[in-house]
Formats: sequence, structure tokens, C-alpha cells
Amino acid sequence: MARHIVARTTEIPPGGNKVVDIAGRDIVVFHVNGEFFALLNRCPHEGAPLEKAACVARLTSPEPGVYERSRVGEMLRCPWHGWEFDMRNGQSWFDPKRVKIRSYPVAVERGEELQKGPYVAETFAVHVEDSYVIVEV
Amino acid sequence: MSEVIDRPLRDDEKPAGTRLRIVDCDVHPSLHSLDDLNEFLPKRWQQHLREYGSHLRTPYLFTTPYPRSSPLIARRDAWPPTGGPPGSDLTFMQKQHLDPLDVEFGILQVLDLFIFSQQNLEFGAAIQRAINDWQLAFWSHRDPRLKASILVGQDGVDLAIAEIERCAKIGEYIQINVSPRANEPLGRRRYWPIYERAEALDLPLGIHVGGYGGHAPTGGGWPSYYVEEHQSNAHTIAAQLASLVIEGVPERFPKLKIVFIEGGFGWIPSAVWRMDQHFERFRSEVPHLKRKPSEYVREHFWFTTQPIDEPDEARHLRALIEWVGVDRLLFSSDYPHWDFDDPRFAFKTPLTEAERKKIFSSNARAVYKF
Repeated sequence: MARHIVARTTEIPPGGNKVVDIAGRDIVVFHVNGEFFALLNRCPHEGAPLEKAACVARLTSPEPGVYERSRVGEMLRCPWHGWEFDMRNGQSWFDPKRVKIRSYPVAVERGEELQKGPYVAETFAVHVEDSYVIVEV
Repeated sequence: MSEVIDRPLRDDEKPAGTRLRIVDCDVHPSLHSLDDLNEFLPKRWQQHLREYGSHLRTPYLFTTPYPRSSPLIARRDAWPPTGGPPGSDLTFMQKQHLDPLDVEFGILQVLDLFIFSQQNLEFGAAIQRAINDWQLAFWSHRDPRLKASILVGQDGVDLAIAEIERCAKIGEYIQINVSPRANEPLGRRRYWPIYERAEALDLPLGIHVGGYGGHAPTGGGWPSYYVEEHQSNAHTIAAQLASLVIEGVPERFPKLKIVFIEGGFGWIPSAVWRMDQHFERFRSEVPHLKRKPSEYVREHFWFTTQPIDEPDEARHLRALIEWVGVDRLLFSSDYPHWDFDDPRFAFKTPLTEAERKKIFSSNARAVYKF
């Protein structure tokens, strides 16, 4: 797997996302609660663009009329048919064994660390004080 | 505009089997604002619309009492960047839907202003006229791929006939749309003058499922959940199919073509089997029927594909398509609504090239004479 610098951390606001083209793949990087997640930008059902998905909470109900929200913002809801996926690993909420979105490892590294390593992209204006989001594909 | 919409389709997104021009029998345009109608709506009714609004047959103030899955039941990616509701911007619709999916013809289905459910029949007729004119001026004349329907409310039969005649003279409309939920079941004799005109003009009758009439959307009353209400679309349309067939509409109007839109097709086999079985047992009650109900269904009715039922095993969908009849199905996307079907990925079972051609194009071309 190669590592690709895709954004500055400040470039993707909390709750927002950025679509990047990595080796011909349309990948969407989400920023949720201080963490970053990278997924293939298409729903496995009919191909909807997940950059338009809603970032919702996991909603559970121990009994009718009682609702509990958890992991706020970490579930993806497809913009077309509302299929729900776990942003951490792309698994579907309703059929985790059979339906999932391809997900990719993500790291956040400081610019000064990157500058030392082999991953400096010349097209990026690298400021050593910044942090960068790195996706492994 | 997003990169996803702007980027060209990749080869892997265009399986060879779908690389054919399609006819989409269910595209929803929307008013950008009510002012769009001013040039088509007499001042008296503009004022009525402002001061009194819609007077509907439902117990709710508006017929969409909650967002129903998503605001305006729309795809989240279908809100035009220029503002306005999904379906209200032709340029965006062309770029997001008509061009990339190679839509040769798209049939407009207008739901705005709850046309079919207006209690004030004269107001209803006025906005039907305005919407019929608006379909041409704002859509068909600006993009000849988009085809308009004559919308009429069948509970004011004389008003409906007048509007059908007016539009038929213009000669650009491709079907007559009536409500899926009129005051009475659609087979009733009071609605027959409309069916008679449709037959005489050789215009298919389009029945787009959804919305609310004066009755609960299920036979058992008002549902608690949207998922439950949405389910009821299938049994509403099954009841209307039975009413039309058993009250003798196809028997009386042997050249009439009827298209059920947005009702899906998974429910059809059992509904037709049951009608045939009952017909064998109770035919003396309905001696006006000369043939088995299934024969009327196979000659007079067509069904648009969306929403496609998705059984776990692809072969079950395959069997369903064969039971309903490849000749009976017309592709529809329901753009820009949340349960939109993408023609490239919607059929999760293999189809032959010939079958694909029928469902995605030639069946509709034959019904609508494109």
C-alpha cells in the first residue's frame, strides 16, 4: 500500500468531507469528532456518491418508544436509499456480513515528520507546523 | 457543482448491457416557486392560492406531514446549486440525470400542489391547467426529451374532459394522468367518460401512485410510520388494478392502455393469480367480464419498474420479471426522489440484451408511440 497525502487537517471541517482521486479511485475522507475516515465514494447498492451522505448517529431502541443515540456523526446514511454504514470500517448496519463500503487506513501526521520521510509531495506547500491527513491505498 | 457530477463516467460504470438510450417513465419536475405559475393561472386563482392555499381531503394541513425519509423526499445530492427544490432546475437535471444516463425520453410526473386531491374542484382544474401549460413552457419546449402529461382530477369529470380536449388540441402531451386515490375506486362508472376520451385520443392513462386521497392509505386505517405508509403504495395500486379490471374498464374500452407508475411490480403475480381464481369461482357475479382478469392485465396494463423489489436471491427477481412479463415493464428512475433507481445498477439479476432493450426502451416507445 502506498501512502498519499490528501489534505491539511484544517482543510476538512468537523462534519465535512473531501473527495480525492487516488490512483483513479474516487475516495471520500470524512472528519468526525476529531478523527478522519476514508471510504470509496460510492454506495455498494446503486453507486450513489457518499460525499453527499448524511453523517448520523447510531440509533438503537430497546423497546418501542425508547430511542438511544450513540456514536454521533459516525454512521453514514446513503444520500439515495438511506442505507446505513459504519464510517470506521464501511460495514453496513443492517447486513454487516454481506454489504460494506471499501474503507482505507487513515493517519494524521505532523508536517515536520512528513518532511523527514519519503512522503513529501512537491506539489504541496509544506509548512512544518501543520498536520496532514494521509490515506493508505 | 460537485466533482462527481462533473466527472465523465468511467468505463466500469457503463456495463455494455446498459449502454443504450433509455426511456425514463418517471421524472419529477418541481416548481421553483409558486410564482412560476402566474403566467398560466388567472389572477382570481393566484389570489385564491395566496389567501386560502390547498384544501385537501387529508386530515393533515399538508400532505407531507413529516420529511418522509429526506426533505421533499429527495436525494440528498439532487438539490440544485442554484437554489430551489430538487427537480426545479432544468440545467442541473440535464447534467445530473438526463445526459449521463443517456435518457432519450423522460416522462414528466408533476406532484406539486397536490393536484389530484384538491377539494375545490374549480381551483383544482385551474391549477391543473396551469401545471399542464407550465410543463410545456418550462420543460418540454426547453428540452424536447421531456414529455408532458395532461393532468386532470377525475372527480370533476366535466372539468377533466374540457382540459383533456384543450390539451389534445395542442397535440404535445403523451398521456392523461389521473389520481391513484380518487374519491371512489378507479373502475367506477362515473370516471368512464375520462377513459372513453383517453381511448378515443389513443393516449395512455397514467396512474402515478402516492399521495393521499380522502381515505386512509391502508385498508386498515392510518399507519404510524412512513415505512408502513410507503409499503401501502403496493396494495393501493393492487386494489385499483382489481377495480379497473373487475368493474369492466378494459372490457368496455378495448383499446385503452393503462400505465401504473411508481407502484413497482413485485405484487403483481399474486394479485393476478387471485383475481383469476376468484373469477373462476364467482364469474356469475360479474357476467360483463368476458375473459379472465389476467388476460385483461396482459393486454391493457403496463407497470413502471421503480421501486424494484430486491429479493436476497437474484433468481427470484428474474422469476418475478418473467411472471409479470418482460413486455409489461417500463423503466423508471423516480429522479430526483430518495428511492431513485439508477438504470445501470437497479436490476440485480442478469437480463439478456433483448430483454434490456424492451424494459429500458422499446416497450415505452410502443406504449407512448415515440
